[in-house]
Amino acid sequence: MRLQSTGDGVSADQTPRRTADNARTGIMRQVLLKPTVGPLIVLLLFCTVFSLATHTFLAAGNLSLVVQQSVIVGTLAIGQTMIILTAGVDLANGGIAVLGTIVAGRLVAEQQNPALLSLLFALILCTGFGMTAGLLVSRLMLPPFIVTLGLLGIITAITRLVAHGGAFPVTDDLLAWPGNAIAVGDTSITYGMLIMFGLYLLVWYLLTQTAWGRHVYAIGNNREAARLVGIPVQSRLLSVYTFAGFLYGIGSWLALGRIPNADPNALQNANLDSITAGVIGGTSLFGGRGSLWGTLIGTLIVAVLRNGLTLTGIDPLWQDLVTGILVIGAVALDQVSKGKQR
Amino acid sequence: MKVEQKPVLPPRGTVVLEARGIVKRYGHVVALGGADLELVAGEVLAIVGDNGAGKSTLIKVLCGAVVPDEGQVLLDGAPVHFRNPLDARKRGIETVYQDLAVAPALDIATNLFLGRELRRRGPVGSWFRLLDKNRMRREAQREMDELKFHLPSIDSAVEKLSGGQRQGVAVARAAIFARRLVIMDEPTAALGVRESGQVLNLIRSIRDRGLPVILISHDMPHVFEVADRIQIMRLGRRAALTTPQRHTMSEVVAIMTGAARGDEQTSPQ
Repeated sequence: MRLQSTGDGVSADQTPRRTADNARTGIMRQVLLKPTVGPLIVLLLFCTVFSLATHTFLAAGNLSLVVQQSVIVGTLAIGQTMIILTAGVDLANGGIAVLGTIVAGRLVAEQQNPALLSLLFALILCTGFGMTAGLLVSRLMLPPFIVTLGLLGIITAITRLVAHGGAFPVTDDLLAWPGNAIAVGDTSITYGMLIMFGLYLLVWYLLTQTAWGRHVYAIGNNREAARLVGIPVQSRLLSVYTFAGFLYGIGSWLALGRIPNADPNALQNANLDSITAGVIGGTSLFGGRGSLWGTLIGTLIVAVLRNGLTLTGIDPLWQDLVTGILVIGAVALDQVSKGKQR
Repeated sequence: MKVEQKPVLPPRGTVVLEARGIVKRYGHVVALGGADLELVAGEVLAIVGDNGAGKSTLIKVLCGAVVPDEGQVLLDGAPVHFRNPLDARKRGIETVYQDLAVAPALDIATNLFLGRELRRRGPVGSWFRLLDKNRMRREAQREMDELKFHLPSIDSAVEKLSGGQRQGVAVARAAIFARRLVIMDEPTAALGVRESGQVLNLIRSIRDRGLPVILISHDMPHVFEVADRIQIMRLGRRAALTTPQRHTMSEVVAIMTGAARGDEQTSPQ
């Protein structure tokens, strides 16, 4: 009865208390609401656990290995994140990168073409497939899931046709160059790692410091609103998919550097792994929310998990289980936080 | 019911936007059958009418979303031909839509400048395309202050705002970039009473800054609260032009529904 009768009084009573609460938790909330903080905490947690569990985890050589192992998926995940930010998804990125390795590998290994030209050709080819996906998504308004699923099938078939069921060992210096390392103390830093970090910096800049990036977020967030305020939605989408294709081309170069053998059966799960990295890193599959650094952290979380579980001698099957839990947890967090804000 | 008719005095300001004899047909359906409109500097002109009276089509013609079959649109006395909303926007006409056209996850300043971002001056801006976030934030804050529209923080995400504040962001964006006039299509339709009040205040602020406003609304009390003149549409034409002082709400509704005659209902002039 009292609650009902003094509706106004109750809310007036509560207002000051609520603002005091807000002030107290303000800084905490600010920090926790930063989308990369959650994933960063998870990453540090895993690192702490594994460095306590084994002596070898924190060794400089091992940490370098963890990063090296995440270079390919990490690079593909940049393109994936850009596409997810527009409320799309790319299932073909691994397939595109593998086609790039096969084409460059065969042109050099079997037909003795100049490595630079072969690499450029592979890059253009990958960019072209990204552009194809972009045209289908932006002009024909087809769902990205279907477009890239179909492209994955087509590209996988082309890859096998080009490869004739074989693999192409890479002996060329240029193609294998990303695998070369600079030694800094005990750590070896490969050129591939530097390329990946460079690409993260570049795309971070584009996404957060330019109008183009704001348009990418706005399109994923509310496509109709983006159109109404005069953002050229179609050409922005096309540029995102095309640029992503170019990044997959770089990814194929990094793959040749990591394992100097162009194998049509490689990177089978790279598409899902790159989605996993983005989602664990806090990027929303609904589009418009997320940060590229989150994706880098997400990639590292998966790599640390794989490496750490192997070092501690735990069955690697557990790795997939933990990754699965992390993905569902991240999406659940995303939903809950959206629910609160509505 | 017969409403007493007196011609509305020709307004003193200059005509900013004028539509003459606009006709728009969809197959056999005549959406507009020779509609007229004059918007005068410094006024809020409300357009009311029953469903199907042609008010939305007329507005779409004015903001470039629909190309008319016949008739003329004049901006500052010169004929204009808008083929799409971008054409109208380039000529200084901004439109606020009923469904909140904002990106909820982005902050207020970003939303205000969405699609028209400011870049740093000099080579950093032109070569590296670097955004000038501080300048956008400052200008956004200044505009909001000028419009007397109070928000928690210019950096907070739009999704944390109430419906009225969100619509306020959309209205403010139009006000910032409109150079000639602002068109608002049912801006209060999705809002509660108090939130509507905020938006109505914004409409007054915009008019007081010298931008004329065309307001389309179903809500008679809102129309009577902010409009300087009211154009009543019926059967694809202007049925009457009046002011909140001249006619009561029920009289306006009577003209809208055809129960009373408006001064321009019959015979083409």
